[in-house]
Amino acid sequence: MFNGTISEVNEAVFKGAKEAVTLCIGLISILVFWLGMMKIAEHAGLLDKLAKLFRPLITRLFPEVPKDHPAMGYILSNMMANLFGLGNAATPLGIKAMEELKTLNGGSTEASRSMITFLAINTSSITLIPTTIIAIRMNYGSASPTDIVGPTLVATICSTISAILIDRYFYYRRTRKG
Amino acid sequence: MQIVSLISLWFIPALIGFILLYGTYKRVPTYESFVEGGKDGIKIAISIIPFLVGMLVAISIFRASGALEFFLDMIRPLFTAIGIPPDVVPLAIIRPISGNAALGMTSDLIAEHGPDSLIGRMASVIQGSTDTTFYVLTVYFGAVGIKKMGDALKVGLLADLAGFIAAIVIVLIVFGG
Repeated sequence: MFNGTISEVNEAVFKGAKEAVTLCIGLISILVFWLGMMKIAEHAGLLDKLAKLFRPLITRLFPEVPKDHPAMGYILSNMMANLFGLGNAATPLGIKAMEELKTLNGGSTEASRSMITFLAINTSSITLIPTTIIAIRMNYGSASPTDIVGPTLVATICSTISAILIDRYFYYRRTRKG
Repeated sequence: MQIVSLISLWFIPALIGFILLYGTYKRVPTYESFVEGGKDGIKIAISIIPFLVGMLVAISIFRASGALEFFLDMIRPLFTAIGIPPDVVPLAIIRPISGNAALGMTSDLIAEHGPDSLIGRMASVIQGSTDTTFYVLTVYFGAVGIKKMGDALKVGLLADLAGFIAAIVIVLIVFGG
C-alpha cells in the first residue's frame, strides 16, 4: 500500500501457502521414522529406566513432593517423554502430574511451589533430538542437517538450568515477603 | 568446539543402533512398535499444515510488502551493536506464544538465508532449545483448574529469554568463527 508492492503481496499469498504444504509433506519422513524409533524405546522400557536414573536428581528439585508419591512418577515420565521428543505422550503425563500436585496442595486453585517448578522445567524442556528442525534443514538442502544437535543440546541445558535458578530465586523472594 | 560437531554427527546413528539393539534384547516386537509410533508421525505432520499455511502466508505478506524490512531497520542498530542478527529477533518474540507459528518462522528464515548460514543455524537452535511457554501454561494449568498462577509466567518467560541468549551465544561460538 505504502511501498507500492501490492503485486508482490498477491504473489506472496500463494507462494507462502504452497511452501507450507510442501514443507509438511517433507516433514512426514523424519517424523514417522523418529516417532517409530521412540515407540520401540518406550516399549523396551528405556524411558522407565531413564526415569529411575534421574530420580535422585529430580526428587531434590521437588522437596515438597514425597518420594514415593504418584506425582513423582508422572513428573519423571513426563520429563523422559519430553527428552525423547514425544510431545504427544508428554502432555497427558504432564497433566496427570499437575493433578497429583494439586491434590498434594489440598486441591487449592492456586499454583503451588512444585507446580511452578514443574512448569518452568517443562517450558524449557530438554530435547535430545530436535527432529522437526532436522527435517526442515534437510528439506532446504543443508549440507549437514544434524550439526545443530550438539549446540541445541547445550543451549537447552543452559535454558533448563536457568529455569531452575530463576524458579528458585522467585521462590525465595516469595517466602521472604510472606 | 570440534567435539560438539563430532557429537552431533555420531549421536543419531548411535542412538538408533542402541534403541534397536536394546529393543531386540528386551524382546520388543521392534517392527510392530516402529509402525505403531510412525503412524503418529503422519498425524502430526498433517495436523500442522493449517498452522504452517497461516503463518507462512502471513510472513510472506509481511516480507513482500516491505513491512518486515521496515521493522528490522528499526531494531537493526541496537541488535547489530551487540552482535545479534536482527532477523532472529521476531522468532524469539513469537517462540513462547505459539510453537507452530515459530516453526513457520524458523522454516522461513532457513529458506531465506539457507540452512547452513549463521541465521539459519541460529533459528534452528532457538527453535529447538525452548518450548511454547504460553501453551504449556494454558494446557497444564487449565486442565487441572489452576486460577492463580503465581510467578509461573514470569519464570517461564525469563527462562525463555535465557534460552534465547544461550542459543545465540553458543551458535556464535561454534559456527561464528
